[in-house]
Amino acid sequence: MDELIIAGIKVRSRLITGSGKYRDDRIIKDILEAAGCDIITVALRRVDFDRPQENMLKNIPPGKIILPNTSGARNAGEAVRLARLAKAMGCGNWIKIEVINDQKYLLPDNLETIKATETLAKEGFVVLPYMVPDLAAARRMADAGAAAVMPLGAPIGSNRGLKTLELIEILVEEMNVPVIVDAGIGRPSHAAAAMEIGVDAILLNTAIATADDPVAMARAFRLAVEAGRAAYCAGLGPTSKTARPSSPLTGFLDGSSGG
Amino acid sequence: MSFYSIISKYKNYNFTEFCASITPEKVTAILERDTLTEKDYLALLSDAAAPFLEQMAQKADRITRRHFGSVIFIFTPLYISNYCDNSCAYCSFGRQQTIRRRHLSFDEIRAEALRISAGGIRHVLVLTGEARAKATPAYCEGALRILRDYFSSIAIEIYPLTEGEYHDLIGCGADGLTIYQETYEEDRYGMLHSGGPKQDYGFRLEAPERACRQGIRSVTVGALLGLSDPVRDAFSAGLHAAYLQRTFPEVEVSVAFPRLRPLVADFKQEYPVSDRRLAQTIAALRLFLPTAGITLSTRETANFRNAALPLGVTRMSAGVSTAVGGHTSPEATPQFEIADTRTVDEVKDDLLRLGFQPVMHDWNGKYVRNQD
Repeated sequence: MDELIIAGIKVRSRLITGSGKYRDDRIIKDILEAAGCDIITVALRRVDFDRPQENMLKNIPPGKIILPNTSGARNAGEAVRLARLAKAMGCGNWIKIEVINDQKYLLPDNLETIKATETLAKEGFVVLPYMVPDLAAARRMADAGAAAVMPLGAPIGSNRGLKTLELIEILVEEMNVPVIVDAGIGRPSHAAAAMEIGVDAILLNTAIATADDPVAMARAFRLAVEAGRAAYCAGLGPTSKTARPSSPLTGFLDGSSGG
Repeated sequence: MSFYSIISKYKNYNFTEFCASITPEKVTAILERDTLTEKDYLALLSDAAAPFLEQMAQKADRITRRHFGSVIFIFTPLYISNYCDNSCAYCSFGRQQTIRRRHLSFDEIRAEALRISAGGIRHVLVLTGEARAKATPAYCEGALRILRDYFSSIAIEIYPLTEGEYHDLIGCGADGLTIYQETYEEDRYGMLHSGGPKQDYGFRLEAPERACRQGIRSVTVGALLGLSDPVRDAFSAGLHAAYLQRTFPEVEVSVAFPRLRPLVADFKQEYPVSDRRLAQTIAALRLFLPTAGITLSTRETANFRNAALPLGVTRMSAGVSTAVGGHTSPEATPQFEIADTRTVDEVKDDLLRLGFQPVMHDWNGKYVRNQD
């Protein structure tokens, strides 16, 4: 049975979406339905805990796993405080750690992310760290208690696809926790390609949020993720630049001409 | 290296000659690039680029939505003191002006904070005049200590401080710093700021660097368009933002291009800036700095602000009073007449109608700062 299990929880959908960048938050319900997501990530910086009536969490249907993220944190300390705030305010104990010290490329700081992972995992959080795909850092995060690792395919919002493909393949090969590609996926074909190499799930936001028809694009990504996963499970055949006859060298032993 | 040494290189640069050398072919080539040099940016500010404004605007819109999404961050200014030792030729708060001066007590600041936050505003920009003996750094610290209970993020737009003073204000809850150089042209700056501490061009210019070194989260720089050659000032402001982005990658850098508005002072405007020129300036900046914030002031009319949103704008003020205590006492004297008098709710409704999500809350400063 092909199941995705994160921190002991069975997750049906391998597509995770975000909640930012929309023209209107009220569309989020429709996006989640079209994408078939179980998990939605929410930037804590946008959640006004002092004003529940203005709070964008109200747009998330019940039954979904909320994955709050620490976007805006610039060091481990800020990420830890945001995570504790989310838990205290009833957002559950899942947390996506984002520690970013670079406003231009929005590339994460692996070192600070490892520190935050250590602290929060000890406190019982289900920690999913957003990271630059680096094997040593991924191992440290897993050792510190990360429930999955979330390497980027390309900078957030860039829609550039799997620019870090080879490094992600190494993570898929070596890591014992789920590998979720987060950021950079711009097209359904990028998502399918990532799933085909054995990535466990995809998190994406910009490609859906900035599409002309976000709901239709959410549906397209759901299908792409399912197709990619099915292909991975089916076992892809080898690729070649030239045509390959079935048995060119040994066919004569069967009395055939060799193709 | 400070920004002063960078901008000084352009002190005797012939902007007119460079702009005259720009051909339509050069503009077309620049618009096809993903990454622009500073000279490319200058070319897009030139008259030769004016016929390409529609193309520039469309590209600016695409870039902005990809990086920021279809969102506009909303804040409101809070004027707490208008005593001022400067005599800026164009300002109605200047010491030469006989206006009624106000300096809010902490109780009055609390009352303003209550009123503003009740209207849904969560990000506030605190402003004072430049009167160190009156609106002292300690007074500003006291104001921040009050305001941080009411707002999730606080920026300051006050006179330039020393690095140590920025450190203290950041410790009291200042997340952002806005400081405009007014004009980057040093000689013109000297003419316009002939009295008071503001005469020190370099101390003001390097204020954002000092705050960044002390860990401020965001800075906004800009020029008050209309004081000097708008091409040169827009170019310089763009270079300033680019310098800050490169030197302090962790800081969110924004740019604003406020235009000079009618005011109490009798100031002859030699460099009027048309709507078209302002639109070209905003779009050119967006193409030069795809990840910088761009603030659009309430000095502009509601119609212009609505129409200019897709040029690359990411932040705007709403529900504005430029008078000290103006949220709780309507008779106070404004610093300048605002052109957009919409309420916060009216601005939000317009944004949604135009396909932008108004973001009232973008940081949990109240909970994240000073808790360890």
